[in-house]
This record gives sequence, structure tokens and C-alpha cells, in this order.
Amino acid sequence: MPHDHHDHLSPSGHPFRPDDDHPLTYWQQMEIAIREILIEKGVTTAAEINAQIDAMDARSPANGAAVVARAWTDPTFRDDLMRDAGAASASMGFDIGPMKLIAVKNTADVHNVIVCTLCSCYPRNLLGLPPDWYKSRAYRSRTVKEPRKVLAEFGVDLPDHVTVRVHDSTADMRYIVVPVRPGGTDGWSADQLAALVTRDSMIGTGLPKAPEAIAQTPR
Amino acid sequence: MSDRRYMRVGTHMPPGHVRTPAYLRGKVGWVERTLGPFPNPEELAYGVTAAKLRLMRVRFTMAEVWGPDAEHPEDTIDAEIYAHWLEPTDAPHAT
Repeated sequence: MPHDHHDHLSPSGHPFRPDDDHPLTYWQQMEIAIREILIEKGVTTAAEINAQIDAMDARSPANGAAVVARAWTDPTFRDDLMRDAGAASASMGFDIGPMKLIAVKNTADVHNVIVCTLCSCYPRNLLGLPPDWYKSRAYRSRTVKEPRKVLAEFGVDLPDHVTVRVHDSTADMRYIVVPVRPGGTDGWSADQLAALVTRDSMIGTGLPKAPEAIAQTPR
Repeated sequence: MSDRRYMRVGTHMPPGHVRTPAYLRGKVGWVERTLGPFPNPEELAYGVTAAKLRLMRVRFTMAEVWGPDAEHPEDTIDAEIYAHWLEPTDAPHAT
């Protein structure tokens, strides 16, 4: 054990971490009070609340990836998606709920990136829960001011001739970026292509994986 | 580009649940598309009957929003702004 002489370390050699016990915040108390009163009055049940939490946790970027891959392989669907992304996603069987969705398409000349400067609006029904950085003040404030620097930090370096379009989801709409289909994927099925579509590529802070990045099963 | 509908965002700073970001107030952009009508969130947030308003997606250039500090003047910011925040205006001259 390399750390034997330090008595503030656990037997496994890691520093002890204090328990994160702290009093409930005002809003945590409010949430518990309202939840309990709704259950007490029979408006909802604990089982229904748990089922809704499970449903939220089950949503993942794989849903959005399926939508993007379909748009890459089916021009009619792509046109439907660009016209009304919510309806097009629902037509694939995804539970869109009340979400109103706009798809923005990257091209050789345009790169789109999504941010919510006012809070953390995110297309949860298609992409699941947002990453923590999406909700950070740094991402929210910098993306509208210096998107190219932010994108470079994500590893996306854009040449000058590409226009960056930042979309601030300030009100009712949610956004999904349709990235450019990677070259070298001719003849790939939508299922195969979906494996290239990352969460960040649908936020605009990333690009799809290169075809070499995933092992292709023989068709 | 002469068929662009330019709009100026209001400069007032009312309290409450306002969905118009402060950094766009007073700025001029053009209507990218019109959405809605949707219930006004400024009223909806307080549980009162909300008037249905048009929601505009307004596109601003970085040059318009950040002036000489713009990272890349021709890049753009699109934001959804409720109609009561917008008034028609001429194209900005500076850019």
C-alpha cells in the first residue's frame, strides 16, 4: 500500500470524503411537500412518479441518433423532419410529449450549435437528460459570444468559410442538429449509421464518428 | 436580401419570467420563421390566462450583437422572441 503512513486515508488508500449531508433547500422541501400532498389527495401515486422517472431515464441519445440516421437515408423523411421535426420523430414512434422540435441541418458551409442561455432547455424526449456542461454558466454564456472558441475546446475546428449558426432556445422550441453524414458510408443501413451519431453531434458541439471508428458487421 | 423583415427587440427590463435574453435587447435582426401562436410565458408563469402570441425566430449577426468584439461577424444567433417584444425596423446600416 503506497499510502500506509497517512491516517487520513481509508484502508483502501483513498482519502475519506465527507458525507454530503446538509439540510434540504427551500425548493427540495417544496418538491417533497407538493409530491406528498398530491399522493395524499389521490392525484397521483408513488408508483406513477417512479414510472415517470424510469421513463425519463430510459430516454437516450440513441433515439435522436435513429432520427438522424433515418434522415440521412430517407430523403422524404428528411424533408418531413426539416418541416416539422416533432411530427417526424413521433412518426418513428418516439414519445415527443408536448415538445415542439426544430431540426437544423449542417452542410459543408453551415455549422449549427444549440444552447439555452436562459436556463437549460434541451430536447430530452429525443436525447435524454442533458450533460452537466450544457447547464453550466460557462457553456451558456460563452456559446453565444465566442462559439468558435467553445467548439474548438470540444475538438471541432471550423474553417473561416463555414458560417456558425448559434440557436438560443429561449422560449417554446427545442432543437436537434442534423450533422453532415460522414463520407465513406455509402450503402450503410440506417441502423449502422446511427452508431456514428453521437450526442454531441446532435447538440452541435461534436461531429459524427468516422466510419473507421466502429467495426462494421458484414452486410 | 431586401425581402428580409427586420425587427428591433425592445429595450425594457421588466421583472418576472421573461424569455427575451438581455443580451439581445435593442438589437436588430430579421425574421427567420414565425411560430405559434403560443400562450405568452410571461403570463403563463403566474397562472393567469395567457394571451396567445406569435413567436418569431429572429436571426442576428454576431456583428450586430457584439459589435467590434464579435468573434466572427457573419456568424449568427437565432433566438425565439415573442411578438410583443419586436417592432419592425429598417436594416441596420453598420453591418
